[in-house]
Amino acid sequence: MERKILDTLFTRVMFVLAFLISLITVVIALILVLKSLPLFQISSISELLFTSIWQPAEGKFGFYPFIMGTIWVTLLSMAIAIPLALLSSIYLAEYAPRHIRNAIKPLIDLLAGIPSILFGLWGILVIVPLVRNDIAPLYGISTTGYCVLSGGIVLSFMVLPIIISLSDELFRTVPLSTRSASFAMGATKWQTVKYVLIRKIYPGLLAAIILGFSRAFGETMAVLMVVGNVAKVPSSVFDPAYPLPALIANNYGEMLSIPLYDSALMFAALILFCIVVLFNISAKMLLMRFQIEGVRHE
Amino acid sequence: MNAPYFDIRNFSMEIEGLKILSEINVKIPENQITVIIGPSGCGKSTLLNSMNRVIDLTDGIHITGEILLKNKNIFDPTVDVTELRRKVGMISQTPNPLPMSIFDNVAYGLKIHGIKDRSRVSSSVKQCLNTVGLWNEVRDRLDAPASTLSLGQQQRLCIARALAVEPEALLCDETTSALDPISAHHIESELLSLKNKYTIVFVTHILRQAKRLADYVVFIYLGEVVEAGPAVTFFTSPKDPRTKAYLEGVFG
Amino acid sequence: MNKKDFEEQFFKVLMCVSVLIVLGGILSIVFTVFIRGISAISLPMLLETPHGGYYLGQGGGILNAIVGSLLLAGGAIIISFLLSLPVAMYLHLSTKRSRHTEYIRTSLDIASGIPTIVYGAVVFTIMMVIGARSSLFWGMITVALFILPIMIRSIDEIMIHVPKKIIIAAFTLGSTRTEMLLVVLRQSLPGILTALLLAFGRGIGDAASILFTTGYTDSLPTSIFEPVATLPLAILFQINSPYLVVQQRAYAAGLILLVIVLLVSLLSRFLSQKFMKYVVK
Repeated sequence: MERKILDTLFTRVMFVLAFLISLITVVIALILVLKSLPLFQISSISELLFTSIWQPAEGKFGFYPFIMGTIWVTLLSMAIAIPLALLSSIYLAEYAPRHIRNAIKPLIDLLAGIPSILFGLWGILVIVPLVRNDIAPLYGISTTGYCVLSGGIVLSFMVLPIIISLSDELFRTVPLSTRSASFAMGATKWQTVKYVLIRKIYPGLLAAIILGFSRAFGETMAVLMVVGNVAKVPSSVFDPAYPLPALIANNYGEMLSIPLYDSALMFAALILFCIVVLFNISAKMLLMRFQIEGVRHE
Repeated sequence: MNAPYFDIRNFSMEIEGLKILSEINVKIPENQITVIIGPSGCGKSTLLNSMNRVIDLTDGIHITGEILLKNKNIFDPTVDVTELRRKVGMISQTPNPLPMSIFDNVAYGLKIHGIKDRSRVSSSVKQCLNTVGLWNEVRDRLDAPASTLSLGQQQRLCIARALAVEPEALLCDETTSALDPISAHHIESELLSLKNKYTIVFVTHILRQAKRLADYVVFIYLGEVVEAGPAVTFFTSPKDPRTKAYLEGVFG
Repeated sequence: MNKKDFEEQFFKVLMCVSVLIVLGGILSIVFTVFIRGISAISLPMLLETPHGGYYLGQGGGILNAIVGSLLLAGGAIIISFLLSLPVAMYLHLSTKRSRHTEYIRTSLDIASGIPTIVYGAVVFTIMMVIGARSSLFWGMITVALFILPIMIRSIDEIMIHVPKKIIIAAFTLGSTRTEMLLVVLRQSLPGILTALLLAFGRGIGDAASILFTTGYTDSLPTSIFEPVATLPLAILFQINSPYLVVQQRAYAAGLILLVIVLLVSLLSRFLSQKFMKYVVK
């Protein structure tokens, strides 16, 4: 009988914990919204999102430069990362001999595990000087190197492993017979990849890209250290920018000294939260048909 | 004929809207080997899985009718399922050792049913391993992982494991199909020697095996009981034309 | 060469170039951190805390950050694990598909993707409301919080791969659901260990979550309710110092962090092999 009691007790405890923890996202959303509310009493949402004047002491919070900063850096990083990641994953999945693949995959995992602060360190020591001394002069531009380009390059390397691993898994979901059928008709490997494989998995590839995007959007440290942190809408990749996560990270100290500053920073966090959650949900929906997760082995 | 151990009455089952079993009516005699025969895919395993309610683990099942064990419907909500499964053991088609040592595999059942006394557990394990003829083969490596045994040995381990909890019945689902002929033969002999103590229900699609083992036969085709009876009369003078056809190898 | 062969060769070249760029990047990162860090590493660096006037170029090392980080990540992983295991087990109570376990999995996946700075900001808000100061305790809570959904889903994925026949075996012997879960756990042990180690690596490296909630200090941790130094923040606060001596500490901290992450990765592969003994394939 006591087995029954223990069983019931444990299953109840598990249920309660599971229920509470599944609410994390909701609770976070609630707190962010509640803390942002005071801001809405002095400005409308469109004012907040689309104006550029950032004078917290005077109660003016125009988020536009920060939003644009985030978009510039994120888009640039994706522009760099997507082709690199796709080409690399096609190589790893379809072309690489076994020993090369086995050598490279752990390195990709290593990249995934490197903390963002170390990416920032690398950014300051390698990328910023590279941009300042080598890349910008090519275009006749002089810059400190702390700009969108540096942020984009650093961020792209952070996002690469996510896209590569997911794409690799996706390629492996396609059975061997599909490829054999294509080769049997005289197609080259590349033609097989282009016309057969990618067509089969492109929703998943899209999901991988969306997840990469989402990660890039929310990444704080690495970007903060190299992007310049100037609150102006960038007009070129050689201009500095001030992405939303950097805004939050840099100013938490003043949060309490200026009225409504804490609401503003929470609103920035809320914007981040909404975009990231939206992307993650879309990616998950796209991935559902591949059943990469949650498949029970019989 | 002995009193029935299982009394199956008007038992029907749908799984996800598909009718798997229709109006099964059969009495499984106690302390004999009952063989359920029939072509693959006709519901034999489903019926077996219902007798210890392992079928509960499947999605989307819908049941009508009853299976009575000693006059109580095993699907009654007040039934203690863990006790039912202790009393009615099961050995699957492919051996499924637990991720533990050989000793712990056999001891597992004892442990969960509350028998903690070390010496009692040890002697039980030894006895069960002996019964299935494994003791001498494994006595020196009781701590080795069960997965290091050969398939035939693993299957005998599964029988030993089932016997450890002192069941009343054993359900065998094509238990020898995955094994080599020698191991299969060993297991058949073991079952024959156990039948006086346990009610054994054995599912197979191999007619010769059925003839070797059966005291009582149930022929299931397309989810229905076509014919059932003592082995002696079943094989020599089947009544239903479908049974005749099956026994002659026309299908299946 | 006809068109399709040309296309094949062209993309082959592009792919090789891409892989080389990716590998080049990885090597560059590891190399840079290593080279800069190794010149800054010395016994005093590792074993001393900062002396007075730390930021102005006086002596001392990063022991405070090393100890602080280990404690923070260690504590966070323990808290997270104690909560993750029951939730992951809950997802496997039933063998049937269920709408509400899918809901829990989805909400955990979403929570896994929320940037750590948001977690930090939210916990900071709570701290403000209840009047708490930043400390090791709150750092542990924040890291435990953002690791939680990730850890639950990792353990969940490992349990999903337990062959169903083992679960049936447990049930046919008369196990209760909790007893069956313990068997599933046995089978999942090596994978769970890996998940723990990887979570440790993730937790120790994150700066955004602890920026607001943990504070910083020059001394070794004395109490769980005091601020502590951490390796990521040691890097952040010192890398831009005009004093080379101070910068060196940032590089040293960077190398230590990298070494910890590498060690964790290697350890996880090694340990999971060791624990494979009883696992059924």
